[in-house]
Amino acid sequence: MIRMLKAMLAAVLVTGLAAAPAMAADSTLKKVKDLGKLSCGVNTGIAGFSAPDDKGNWSGLDVDVCKAVAAAVFKDASQVKYVPLTAKERFTALQSGEIDLLSRNTTWTMSRDTSAGLTFTGITYFDGQGFMVNKELGVKSAKELSEASICVQTGTTTELNVADYFRQNGMNYKPVVFEKLPETIAAYNAGRCDVFTSDASQLYSVRLTLGKPDDHIVLPEVISKEPLGPAVRQGDPQWANIVRWVFFALVNAEELGITSKNLDEMTKSENPEIRRLLGQEGDYGVGIGLENDWAYQAIKAVGNYGEMFSRNVGAESRLKISRGQNALWRDGGLQYAPPIR
Amino acid sequence: MEKGSSSSATGSMQPTPSRPPPGSAGPLAWARKNLFSSPLNVALTVLGVWIIWTSVSAIYDWAIVRAVFTGSDGSACAKDGSGACWAFIAAKLDQFTYGRYPEAERWRANLTMALGALGLAGLMIPGVPRKGWVAVFTLFVFPIIAYFLLTGGSFGLKAVETELWGGLMVTLVVAVVGIVASFPIAVLLALGRRSQLPIVRYASVGFIEFVRGVPLITMLFMASVMLPLFLPDGVTFDKLLRALIGVALFEGAYLAEVIRGGLQAIPRGQYEAADALGLSYPKKMGLVVMPQALKLVIPGIVNSFIALFKDTSLVLIIGIFDLLGIVQQAVSSDARWFSPSTPLTAYVFAGFVFWIFCFGMSRYALWMERRLGNGQQR
Repeated sequence: MIRMLKAMLAAVLVTGLAAAPAMAADSTLKKVKDLGKLSCGVNTGIAGFSAPDDKGNWSGLDVDVCKAVAAAVFKDASQVKYVPLTAKERFTALQSGEIDLLSRNTTWTMSRDTSAGLTFTGITYFDGQGFMVNKELGVKSAKELSEASICVQTGTTTELNVADYFRQNGMNYKPVVFEKLPETIAAYNAGRCDVFTSDASQLYSVRLTLGKPDDHIVLPEVISKEPLGPAVRQGDPQWANIVRWVFFALVNAEELGITSKNLDEMTKSENPEIRRLLGQEGDYGVGIGLENDWAYQAIKAVGNYGEMFSRNVGAESRLKISRGQNALWRDGGLQYAPPIR
Repeated sequence: MEKGSSSSATGSMQPTPSRPPPGSAGPLAWARKNLFSSPLNVALTVLGVWIIWTSVSAIYDWAIVRAVFTGSDGSACAKDGSGACWAFIAAKLDQFTYGRYPEAERWRANLTMALGALGLAGLMIPGVPRKGWVAVFTLFVFPIIAYFLLTGGSFGLKAVETELWGGLMVTLVVAVVGIVASFPIAVLLALGRRSQLPIVRYASVGFIEFVRGVPLITMLFMASVMLPLFLPDGVTFDKLLRALIGVALFEGAYLAEVIRGGLQAIPRGQYEAADALGLSYPKKMGLVVMPQALKLVIPGIVNSFIALFKDTSLVLIIGIFDLLGIVQQAVSSDARWFSPSTPLTAYVFAGFVFWIFCFGMSRYALWMERRLGNGQQR
């Protein structure tokens, strides 16, 4: 009977194997092109980054990265197979070839970049720990939080970051610790503490679930570094270049004032930087294995970085996250892309 | 509150019970006897009524009076003092049912569900003619039809990847496949464990003990995280299929022990009688032992199935969206619908759907038991 079971299992395995095309040795770009779809790992659900809407279509900042890459490769942003992944599965899925691009709010750290078999290709969102307070406190900066009581989850880096920050700034605080995030939020909502702290991107979504969202503000300070970005398998520099430069193209587009609306007028521009970006001059697209209108297609699909940000998490969304560190470098933020030359 | 079972004493004292004395029958008398017989009981009754009243009225108030039934996003539900956000459920109902299954293809899911319900009803309702054919259809033909209908890719149907499946549909697929596939596995394992052949016996014992010693969540993790690493590069096979195999094997091992309990309860005489009739092993088991054993363990089997039905939500840990998974996803990720009351409403809804199915299963099993157990009632 065990033999039968084994035979059954083997049969299942073999059919599964036969169904998957053999593509071990090929480059990722060739594999993606042969398959006709970009297999993109996204979060199972996080507001503003990857979330299905009422109709079940994925949207979000991370999802737009998938779309932009698909548009650059296929000229069609819909050629994406979204694979929702939990935090524990994400690296395995990439290593095993189940996905070709991991765009799942993954923090870029040294150990992941060097020993987990990943190559990070950029920072699509500078996240970090922030503070949320009730407007009634009249606090405008985290520097004014001395002697405040802070609701925080115990045993997390969040807790340690708060301790470090207050010590560095010579301030005291009263920690109100909880085991779980929902308890922490409930306590803050009930007014058991003055301050709630977590990653900034999360603060904005938590705010919407509070009794009166408009009564709370997120302070501008960010006290830790959580650079989130897409990653690809290590060992395929061509594919890494494509993903890296598609994102750089979106940031450059914002800097040059190219939007999804004025894109076609911009192709007639005399500005050499714009002409190079949109494929009017030079063979930059061919150089990375695509066609010269790669950036044009990506921008057409998702807009420039500013549009992407605003639509998914910024002013046009319900989250209303301020640009902060994610503003362009010339506006005081950190988003900076090398030139296309 | 209740006074116990010392009732009906007053009426039966009279020699000719023509009419009970006034005030000793009817609802009023019942209430006086059971609810207000002593000061303590009066107090307890009042307390009980008060508790029921406050909780029911609070639920009614939250779920109906202050509830928001219409609206296109969370701001409708975020108003001060608003109750349940049913508008959210209404907007997401399709997604909760089918996941991201393409809208144009949802008739296939509906058809599958209808066929399954039809087959199941045919099996479950006694008195349906040609039960044998109904069973063949439900257990052998239907799964094949369902497979082709849901996955598509042949007979001119558009292929729908399992990544797009979700919601109640996935819950039902996992539960039904788990139940249907685990049952034969369990019967074989249970028989194998009691076999005279040492290899078969040890293999069965080894399998059962290994699988029962591991939490389901670990099995699912193994299937979704470890397995791909052992396969050659670039080779993947369907995540849902991996989960289904994991669930079926897991449930098979558990159920095997339940069935073994039934086998052990069958008196030795039954086996010997079957042997004396010259029945072969399959006939002995199929005609004499199994029918009696399975009947004995119906409560245990149903218990396992109900547990399995609820365990299906564990697949959300590997990124498959069953009903609870998709509810959680919608609650935690759709910023358009964020409001203080959205999560509670959604979880109440999910809990209620699960309850309907589990309660249905348990009532059917109870009824079945009574029907089969006619000869053994004491």
